[in-house]
Amino acid sequence: MKKPVFDRKIEDIGLETGTSRLTPEKIQETIQNVLASETGAKLKVYHDTCVRCGLCSKACHYYVSHDGDPTYSPVGKVVQTMAVMIDKKGKVDADFIYRAAQIAYTECNLCRRCIHYCPLGIDTGYIMSMVRRICHKLGVTPQYIQDTAHSHSATMNQMWVKDDEWIDSLLWQEEEARDEFPDMRIPLDKEGADIMYSVIAPEPKFRTHLIYQAGAIMHEAGADWTMPTLHGWDNSDMAMFSGDFEIMGRLKRDHFERAQKLKVNRIVMGECGHAFRSVYDQGNRWLGWADYPVEVVHSVEYFADLLRTGKIKMAQKVKGPITIQDPCNIIRGRGLMEDLRYVAHAIADEVIEMTPSLEHNYCCAAGGGVINCGPPFKNVRVNGNKAKADQLRRVKEQGVDLCLCPCHNCHGGLEDIIHSNELGIDLKFIGDIIYANMVKTKAVEE
Amino acid sequence: MFNEIYELVTGPLAWIGWGIFLLGSVYKLASLWSLAKKKDTSSIYYTKAKFGLRSIAQWSLPFGTLGWRETPSVTVVTFVFHICLILVPIFLSAHVILWEEWFGVSIPALPNHVADVMTLLVIAGGTFFAWRRFSVPEVAFVTSGHDWFVLGVVVAPFLTGFLAYHQIFNYEVMIVLHVITGIAWLALIPFTRLSHMLVSWYSRAYIGSEFQGVRHCKDW
Repeated sequence: MKKPVFDRKIEDIGLETGTSRLTPEKIQETIQNVLASETGAKLKVYHDTCVRCGLCSKACHYYVSHDGDPTYSPVGKVVQTMAVMIDKKGKVDADFIYRAAQIAYTECNLCRRCIHYCPLGIDTGYIMSMVRRICHKLGVTPQYIQDTAHSHSATMNQMWVKDDEWIDSLLWQEEEARDEFPDMRIPLDKEGADIMYSVIAPEPKFRTHLIYQAGAIMHEAGADWTMPTLHGWDNSDMAMFSGDFEIMGRLKRDHFERAQKLKVNRIVMGECGHAFRSVYDQGNRWLGWADYPVEVVHSVEYFADLLRTGKIKMAQKVKGPITIQDPCNIIRGRGLMEDLRYVAHAIADEVIEMTPSLEHNYCCAAGGGVINCGPPFKNVRVNGNKAKADQLRRVKEQGVDLCLCPCHNCHGGLEDIIHSNELGIDLKFIGDIIYANMVKTKAVEE
Repeated sequence: MFNEIYELVTGPLAWIGWGIFLLGSVYKLASLWSLAKKKDTSSIYYTKAKFGLRSIAQWSLPFGTLGWRETPSVTVVTFVFHICLILVPIFLSAHVILWEEWFGVSIPALPNHVADVMTLLVIAGGTFFAWRRFSVPEVAFVTSGHDWFVLGVVVAPFLTGFLAYHQIFNYEVMIVLHVITGIAWLALIPFTRLSHMLVSWYSRAYIGSEFQGVRHCKDW
């Protein structure tokens, strides 16, 4: 059988400029250094024991969506990247690095669905993130995600939000919200508050209403909360995905230290998946913490608690069936599926599950930094997730017009898939629905 | 001539084979453990027996996991292949005699016709895997010479043993080949992909612990 070849190079100025600066010596030295100093028995065991059975293939939405093209299977991606780097002891050329970067950054979402398929427990997501680490160290990263990493480095937030713009956004949303809730405040830097509420930088940048809504819910629930005015307010972490683990560590330290300086009991974070991954899984470990030093509560857990304890009551439920997108980093990553179901049933009349669902759900193909690689790779993730389109189409046929989607990346990814496939499904954050339909005891009479 | 060769392969060569297997396995495990302690401390930290055993148990059930359910033919063949692969060399009546002779250990033997069928199942399983390596695109794409070599090494002692037992072709040649390939099979375990036999218990336990313990989610 003739083996298929990788023939889908996409032009990206970051990858092009990065590879143009490489020399064979630099490539070899960098690969050898990363392998020797940052990897160990785990990668060696994965490399030595993978029996190339191909069972992981069907786990991957890229493979499924490309009609079984083996170059998209998890093990297929490993044999085109890390396996060669190890076997050839780093003696690979710049074209190889370009290809490896394109595969690792844009054709794997690090969603870890393939773990459910590998009898030997091989973590392909880890292998791909180490490929990214090597590419990062070689300076070969897609331009857009590198820009977010630069932003993290310079501003400690993902979107070049300046300090005054951040505070302005909060004050602006407070002012807007006070038309509806006359006594509402977004308490800034309140020392000793119960909760520090943290968000990702896209919220002040282009989804500002989410801050309004969160404020309204906190206000209605009578929460003792605060938002920081200084850096550390952004819980997002694209450096984790670009392979810049040093910046990842700085970001997480800053986020936790901000909470510690404010002497809060816990951090509640907005509806974001990857930021959650970076606090319980990767960022904390880089800093040497087994878990997080300040308790972090994801919005899904927080909303479930508010609804369970009756601090928030729904005035009405969503009519008609809704479905749920289970984001990898909070479900497969942190087991919040029951809380998410509790919330979904509390805010909607009927929930129709996608197939597969829960921890077996397909990724949105935007996560793991893929959507952050920007427009050059948009088609990669949209065409690479026909599996998701099929999943959504099946629930659409059962009458679903609304998908609950508690993750920013999933929103971005699903929005494009829904649009491209003309599926006609609305996407909502939990906060959107709770804010719109909750009992508002503290609002002005209409 | 045959007797001398037979004595050689079942004597010194067999001891060398066993020695390489045992010492090689100890070396492999010890070196990996020492490397893990140096470089993968967080992985060791999160690995817990409770979650690891739970994961191993679940993956030991045919169709007990999403992966096993997705490709039923591979699941069935994998289980049958591995069970026969382990049981036949240990409990074959001819080998039971050798255990007694060499190590003074007495264990029950499989009835010959059962062992014969099990041997055929290993050969059939190996043929199935070979077919997959040729014909199933996602397997063919990732198959290298190493994979063919390992498959050959694994199946060869069963094929030669079967031919020798049934005295097909030349018995003397077959039995010598059987012993040699059997020894190679053992000796290569620590140094090829066959090392999954030694270490994948731990990688399974580790990822099971990551999922159940840290990610609060099942890994099957």
